[in-house]
Amino acid sequence: MDSFPFLSFLIFLPLIGGLFVSLLSSEDENAFYVASFVSFVSFILSVYLVIKFDPLGGYQFQEIYEWSKMMDPQYAVGIDGIALPLIVLTTFLTFLSILLGWGQEIQQRRSYLVAFLVLEGALIGVFSARDLFLFYIFFEMILIPMFLIVGVWGGAQRVYASYKLFLYTFLGSLLMLAAMILIYTQAGQSHLDILGQSDFNPEITIFLWVAFFIAFAVKLPVWPFHTWLPDAHVQAPTAGSVMLAGILLKVGGYGMIRLLLPLFPEASLDLTWLVFGVSIVGVVYTSMVALVQDDMKKLVAYSSVAHMAFVTAGFFTFSTIGIQGGLFQMISHGLISGALFICVGVLYARVGTRSLAAYGGVANKLPFFSAMMMIFVLAATGLPGTAGFVGEVLVLISLFKVSGVLAFLLGTSLFLGAAYALWLYRRVIFGKLGEESEKLSPLNNVEKGVLASLALCVVGLGVWPQPLMNVMAPSIEPVTQSLHAALEKQKDPQLAMIDLAPSEEKVVLAASRTPELTTQEGDAHAG
Amino acid sequence: MKLFLKLAVFGPLISCLFAGLFHRQLSKTALIRFCGFFMGIATLAGSTLFMKMVKSGGAFAVTVPLMTWIEIGDFSATWALSADPLSVVMIFLVLVVSFLVHLYSYEYMEGEEDLSRYYAYLGLFTFAMLMLVSAQDLLQLFFGWEGVGVCSYLLIGYWYEKESANQAAMKAFLVNRVGDLFLVMGMAGFFYLTQTLEIGKGLSLLQSAVPEPFVVLGTPVPALDVLGILFLIGAMGKSAQLGLHTWLPDAMEGPTPVSALIHAATMVTAGVYLIARLSPLYLDTTFASTCVVWVGALTAFAAGTIALVQNDIKKVIAYSTCSQLGYMFLGLGVGAYNGAVFHLFTHGFFKALLFLGAGAVIHSMSNEQDMRKMGGLYRPMKMTFAFMLIGSLALVGFPLFSGFYSKEAILASAFAAQDQYGLGPWVLSIISLVLTAAYTGRMLGMTFLGRSRADEALRARIHEPGLMMNFPLALLALGALVSGMLGYKKFLMGGKGFWGDKIVAPLIPHHVGIVELAPTVVGICVFVLALVVFRKWKEKKLAKSIGFMERFLVNKWYFDALYQALFVKPVWWLGQLFWVFGDQKGIDAIGPDGLTHKAVEGSLKLRRSYTGLLPTYIAALVMGVLLLIVLILFGGGRLG
Repeated sequence: MDSFPFLSFLIFLPLIGGLFVSLLSSEDENAFYVASFVSFVSFILSVYLVIKFDPLGGYQFQEIYEWSKMMDPQYAVGIDGIALPLIVLTTFLTFLSILLGWGQEIQQRRSYLVAFLVLEGALIGVFSARDLFLFYIFFEMILIPMFLIVGVWGGAQRVYASYKLFLYTFLGSLLMLAAMILIYTQAGQSHLDILGQSDFNPEITIFLWVAFFIAFAVKLPVWPFHTWLPDAHVQAPTAGSVMLAGILLKVGGYGMIRLLLPLFPEASLDLTWLVFGVSIVGVVYTSMVALVQDDMKKLVAYSSVAHMAFVTAGFFTFSTIGIQGGLFQMISHGLISGALFICVGVLYARVGTRSLAAYGGVANKLPFFSAMMMIFVLAATGLPGTAGFVGEVLVLISLFKVSGVLAFLLGTSLFLGAAYALWLYRRVIFGKLGEESEKLSPLNNVEKGVLASLALCVVGLGVWPQPLMNVMAPSIEPVTQSLHAALEKQKDPQLAMIDLAPSEEKVVLAASRTPELTTQEGDAHAG
Repeated sequence: MKLFLKLAVFGPLISCLFAGLFHRQLSKTALIRFCGFFMGIATLAGSTLFMKMVKSGGAFAVTVPLMTWIEIGDFSATWALSADPLSVVMIFLVLVVSFLVHLYSYEYMEGEEDLSRYYAYLGLFTFAMLMLVSAQDLLQLFFGWEGVGVCSYLLIGYWYEKESANQAAMKAFLVNRVGDLFLVMGMAGFFYLTQTLEIGKGLSLLQSAVPEPFVVLGTPVPALDVLGILFLIGAMGKSAQLGLHTWLPDAMEGPTPVSALIHAATMVTAGVYLIARLSPLYLDTTFASTCVVWVGALTAFAAGTIALVQNDIKKVIAYSTCSQLGYMFLGLGVGAYNGAVFHLFTHGFFKALLFLGAGAVIHSMSNEQDMRKMGGLYRPMKMTFAFMLIGSLALVGFPLFSGFYSKEAILASAFAAQDQYGLGPWVLSIISLVLTAAYTGRMLGMTFLGRSRADEALRARIHEPGLMMNFPLALLALGALVSGMLGYKKFLMGGKGFWGDKIVAPLIPHHVGIVELAPTVVGICVFVLALVVFRKWKEKKLAKSIGFMERFLVNKWYFDALYQALFVKPVWWLGQLFWVFGDQKGIDAIGPDGLTHKAVEGSLKLRRSYTGLLPTYIAALVMGVLLLIVLILFGGGRLG
């Protein structure tokens, strides 16, 4: 591997770029071009990482520097097959988000662009951190630019929204910080490789697990920690929503797979029921709430919560298929919900309202836009052939192994998701052209390009997800192995049903399953 | 052979992409010619496959692996085209009807603005349907399954300015999704039991060892029955069987050629295809098969009764489709899998013919669909009348017409299976046969016989369709005439002589005895009677006589009202409830808002920090990080 610190370079490039942009004089129109250029170079660089990446090679592009001789936490970065796709997603969506500002009237454009670049750097940092505290620093660092994007460039109620965003996230972060300090005092180490192999005092493990879980559950968000999301989305500018839904939420999922499961496999096994519970309630509840929204952005925001429930449910099946499905769902949701927010933004920029009632017959005026939005809406309903399907079906199939009734309940999103997504589409795109719709001017080339490239990704990943799978799969193995080991240790008959290593299991027909499981199975059909 | 298969499946996709991408560069006529060209090639390829398959005597099997779709550990799904006799029968039917609908639409849709969108949807639909029937594993089957669902949604809502069309389109998709959920669960169960999604491989595994039963509510139920039920509910959604049928009549909002292709000949038969494809699984079940029988028999009966009171010509045919699909399910349930597929095949021709014939009527009546305003059309539209008559006779099961052979096969099998299921299903199907004759005669009588009830201006414009519409009608009429006669020996042949060994195909003897002949004779009599009675339509006389039974039928057995009250409204209420009392007055009031409230009361200092001043927050964040570093430096380091 090259000795050049590519990964650190990628993390700090947007940060330095942001600094540079902030130094430009405020009237300078070049700020946009500089920011676009920086984010484009970041994207190219992340693609270069993909080319250089060896899926079977474990953690790569590792760098370790000491902060100080006195303390143990280090600056340690490195990426594996789980982090890499998220980094590429980050650079890709940031680039698109910045591009979307083209030709738009934005107050304090310079600071706006700086916020996006800092956000990008922090996100890449979170995904590549290999040290507990470095992770925390980047994790907190994300909040500042996001907070500013909502609070400064947001809508009328931006202050309330940003405060809510802050309060939730900060609560989670505080808990996590406390837990991290506890971990550090116990283990005396903070590098994730070492922590993954250490055992914690079982008495505090539950506390640690809960602290981490809440921190990530807020980000993801998991019901009932989700109420900040709709407000933040509604108030955030379009590009902010794209970053928020596209990548920020994924930090929560990433934290679960990177910290929660590997550090506390036993506690995770014990608390599976809790996670399945909130996932399923989340899907049904938020899907129904999405159905009654009049605000387009709120509708999409609530749909995000429902889709993210697949991530938690998939992870906690502890099977390769389920975790793979959850990870894939993160990537696909990043593209799809990002695209949907762009669609809403395109309409909002022209008509000036997000109310469903104000729209109708957009297909008459914007056929290209309508076709693109159709793809994203259908992808959001999990249509096979789009990226939205792959993750969901993998999660459902792996969850069926745990319990048929759980899979069925989670699967209701197939129906409920279609209901709100098609409702949105029908109200906005179909029908007769309303008065408001007269304001609809044709899309500019940037908008067209952004939407088309996202559509290409969504369909491409739906038809040929295998390259992404190949990158992710080997990196999931260590996680399932640690869970498997925990299971061995535990020997809990209740959890014996969970299939941990399907690749090893050559049993063709169902072996004896516990009665509880199969009873639930039956309920599914009765319903 | 592989080339033909590829051409057959991808021809429609190319046609779709062509219509979707190049509509600006080409004139309407040129575009349609290109689409027709690609479809024509595909149809030729499909027909060649069909000929080769018929000649091969059951030995036909072609597989074209395309690429990996999803592969993780032992989970794998591939894109592949796989054709056995069952697939080829479907490919042939789909392509022929689709091609004829492409031609027919040229004239039928002549006034439309964005015809390219229409042709793109048609092509995409055909492609998805072909992917469905040539799927090697369940995941690709599901791709096609959902793909046709989406195209159906798009085509029902093709006239998107019409509110009723949008409503119908959404209803179709959502009701289908209910079935799809069960299909996904079936898929998951299939994988759970066999560790594979490949249909052939999984089925043989399921046959070689009886899997452990699932325990349903404390009692063990054979796993195959559970799978069978899951797949059945999935199939019921797509094939509009009783309970999940409510979307099909509404789907008539779409253009009539679409109804012919999607909602009569092809897509709605996907459920029949699915169960026939999984026939080895159903053969080993008792409970699931019984359910299939009763679902089919009840659908055939219920839809037949509702068809009796419909006044919209398309809705009569739609309910008739529903009813005929019920016959197919009945056939599947009693084990006559090949008989059901045979009925699917002949039904595809004569029902497409009826729909396209109705389309010709509607077209010439300036989009009037109400039969009460028709009448006497046989005079200006002799050709159309002849075609419709052929279609009707085939539907009624007039001897020597195609429906006669296929329906007979199902009835005979149902009769033969009385030991297992009793005579109930058979009796219901006989009643349905009479109902079929009645509503078909009524439809034909009201539309073509008697005096014209159209107003003068409209009457003057009534005309025979042109060549582009007549040609498809003629070909379909030919199919409706001869497909039964030519096909029954092959299709109903037992063993592996025609169908190969992938699906179960028992020998269904075709003999004409009193049991077979009596219903046919009764049916024909009822048909003629209805034809004569309904040539005159008197609104008042009937309105007065409306009784309980008729109200029940006019309201379509109250299914829609029931679902509205049972599902649609409660979901809406729950959504409002969760939103207002869950999120706003629940979580928020206790959580973030409640916290601030407390903070305001508690301390002025704290309140100041919640006023939204950004620097305060950032300072807090920075302090947090600093605190962390300090702790590590002076606390953690020592402790570690």
